[in-house]
Amino acid sequence: MKHLTIPAMLIGALALSACDRNSRFGDDAATAGAGGIVPGSPSDPASPAYFEQTIGDRVLFAVDQSTLSGEAQDVLAKQASWLMENPEYSAIVEGHADEQGTREYNLALGARRASAVQSYLIDRGVAPNRLRTVSYGKERPLEICSDETCYAQNRRAVTVLTAGAGTS
Amino acid sequence: MKLIRILTMALALIGLAQTATHAQPLRIVIDEGVIEPLPVALPTFVASGGEAAQYAEEITRLIAADLTGTGLFREIPASAHISSVTSFDAPVAYSDWKAINAEALVVGAVEMGGEGDLVIKFRLFDVFSGAALGEGLQFSGTVSGWRRIAHKVADVVYSRITGEGGYFDSRVVFVSEQGPKNARQKRLAIMDYDGANVQYLTDSNSLVLAPRFSPSGDSVLYTSYESGRPQIYVLDVASVNRVALDTSGGNMSFAPRFSPDGESVVFSLEQGGNTDVYTVGLDGSNMRRLTDSPSIETAPSFSPDGSRIVFESDRSGTQQLYVMPASGGEATRISFGPGRYGTPVWSPRGDLIAFTKQNAGRFHIGVMRTDGSEERLLTASFLDEGPTWSPNGRVIMFTRESQGESGAPALYSVDISGRNLRRVATPSAASDPAWGPLQN
Repeated sequence: MKHLTIPAMLIGALALSACDRNSRFGDDAATAGAGGIVPGSPSDPASPAYFEQTIGDRVLFAVDQSTLSGEAQDVLAKQASWLMENPEYSAIVEGHADEQGTREYNLALGARRASAVQSYLIDRGVAPNRLRTVSYGKERPLEICSDETCYAQNRRAVTVLTAGAGTS
Repeated sequence: MKLIRILTMALALIGLAQTATHAQPLRIVIDEGVIEPLPVALPTFVASGGEAAQYAEEITRLIAADLTGTGLFREIPASAHISSVTSFDAPVAYSDWKAINAEALVVGAVEMGGEGDLVIKFRLFDVFSGAALGEGLQFSGTVSGWRRIAHKVADVVYSRITGEGGYFDSRVVFVSEQGPKNARQKRLAIMDYDGANVQYLTDSNSLVLAPRFSPSGDSVLYTSYESGRPQIYVLDVASVNRVALDTSGGNMSFAPRFSPDGESVVFSLEQGGNTDVYTVGLDGSNMRRLTDSPSIETAPSFSPDGSRIVFESDRSGTQQLYVMPASGGEATRISFGPGRYGTPVWSPRGDLIAFTKQNAGRFHIGVMRTDGSEERLLTASFLDEGPTWSPNGRVIMFTRESQGESGAPALYSVDISGRNLRRVATPSAASDPAWGPLQN
């Protein structure tokens, strides 16, 4: 047991440090499962970390747009499959805008983006009662520089998993 | 609101000097593009007793700061004065004030009244006419309210010389910000128009946005993430109690403003990604949808007579300004210049609409007539937004955010001619100012 545990902890630590923020579901990734897959780590297909990092929890948008690109649709299709395979989770879709816009407009634009993602996931089979949306407008940028490299990362919709099977 | 009750304006003083008949009355006409500020002399108010003396100096300085802060007045420094004023009732040595080119002279006195109140009296003189401009007045109030008394004196002086209402005895509600750009903490705060007496109205546990005063200044509408998603709240300024505005249905409610009678709220409601304009009674009654379009309709603002609403919409493909009847119905587009227009706010005088304009990578605060004509840009920067009007409709306060990783917002004011751009002092970064009414 001892020999197994130590490398597993190392993998867990590496995975966490590669992530730009803490997992919302605790750090119980230290116990190794069969086949070298660490439960709860990005290598565990049933884990939120896998959803966030391996599938990708976010899609990006063009300036002032809420249209889903082909790339975004690919990510969302995988998100939808994951959600259907893991019914114990629900999700909040957060819509965001870059800072180049007025506050109210950006709130409305973020809502449009979140709604576009929500609709896509529902079209791919996710039950509507498992998905909620919230817009943060330009209030929560991910990247803080004031040029297009950052703006492109900030124009996003993030699918945030929550524990629980959703509300009716 | 103890202060308002205690601070009372007493009757005009009796036995004051001859009412002046001016051939050319002392007057600044703000519309006519004043470039040269009017020279005013403000000798330190005469104090009776030691305790009054400490206030006399501060009150005189604050009156001077209010007046010169408008950009319309220039104070002649005390070092240039020939006469000194040692008695409130002494005859005015007009020739001495004329010699230093003081066009206006304010003479005042400070004494301690009964129960430790401050009593302040003052007279305004038109030096070149050699006569008083209006009657002498007396204000009294608690010592803790000394700044308000000074602002009231300055409002009277400003008002008599410009013919406009004043705005110094007013407050501003805003969002106080702290922390890095990607994890800003925000809380509501209220302060005097000049940045003094900051008080916090909420904690920073939830994001808060865009507070708006009620017409009386007693309550504030704002948007908070307290429930996990943006929702409108009504906060009582005195008690700091808050209740969610009852906007049944919809996902996110935001961008609220009071109607001019203070009884209802116009706001935006988002449902399924689509944002439209609605009204609802303050008690949650009579909710009505005013726009019905797949585009974004937001940032509504009533005309001061309550008959119309200006708002922004991207129904044409970009953000533009529209005016519609207060009951909804056909909207008329009023913005047609290059770029995008948002956050329209109707002037309290009814004559102009202030807005944010975004064009060619820059942001501007501007004003236009209510039919969209005579557009005038007052500012330009990396990010200016969210204008709010002074109670007299002559000055606009707004948010200016600096660029880059350490970028942060601050409050600025500018007059409607585009002059006198000034930063408003706040204890930390600040955004989303809303200017309240003149206090009683």
